[in-house]
Amino acid sequence: MYRRISIQSADFSLDQTLDRLKQHSGSPGGVCFFVGTVRDTNLDEQVSGLFLEHYPGMTEAQLARILDAAEQRWPLAGAEVVHRIGALQPGDNIVLVAVAAAHRGEAFQACEMIMDYLKTQATFWKKEQAASGDRWLDARISDQTKLTDWDAGGADF
Amino acid sequence: MKVLFFAGLRELMGESVIELDIDTSLTVAELKTLIRLPTGESLASWSQSQSLLAAVDQAMGSDATVVDPGAEVAFFPPVTGG
Repeated sequence: MYRRISIQSADFSLDQTLDRLKQHSGSPGGVCFFVGTVRDTNLDEQVSGLFLEHYPGMTEAQLARILDAAEQRWPLAGAEVVHRIGALQPGDNIVLVAVAAAHRGEAFQACEMIMDYLKTQATFWKKEQAASGDRWLDARISDQTKLTDWDAGGADF
Repeated sequence: MKVLFFAGLRELMGESVIELDIDTSLTVAELKTLIRLPTGESLASWSQSQSLLAAVDQAMGSDATVVDPGAEVAFFPPVTGG
């Protein structure tokens, strides 16, 4: 399976990702995209910015393990994961997951599983600048629950 | 042994990395009793009231994970990327 993992401060281009996926995964049939962006309101407060920290080395390793798990579960043609770090503004892109497969079912499901694992297993942390001050965000219990759902379905991670 | 801290824990520790002079293997739980916050409280005690994750050689670990003297260990809060 073609794969590309990138952790970068620069923005990303969906067009370039689509071109690479089509070029490297042999006319896959379908590509599913998920893009996460910086929200402007969180916990009932205006958000003026976000800082993203990560664990260099481990983050890349965790994302590779997540793609391994997806590849074991579905016949995928290719996948790209791009995650930004550093200072971001409301509306900025944060994360891109793109999955190419022969049919949409696998592409949709693998894209969702990769995002669910990324939320709970990839070593990124968000610090939000809000009206009341800067705060590190807490993990959501609902994210952990979604992971358990995949585990019950046999995801091997 | 190199021990890294991230996010809120890094700020609390006041350091992103420390070097510990340890020449035998030990568990993550044992290592947590040896690391102290600037307040004097051990990481083991602090983590009873706070969520804390550990990684050993860049893979997720648990209290029972064995750490060799040359390992890279990291402690951090639950992740919040995406």
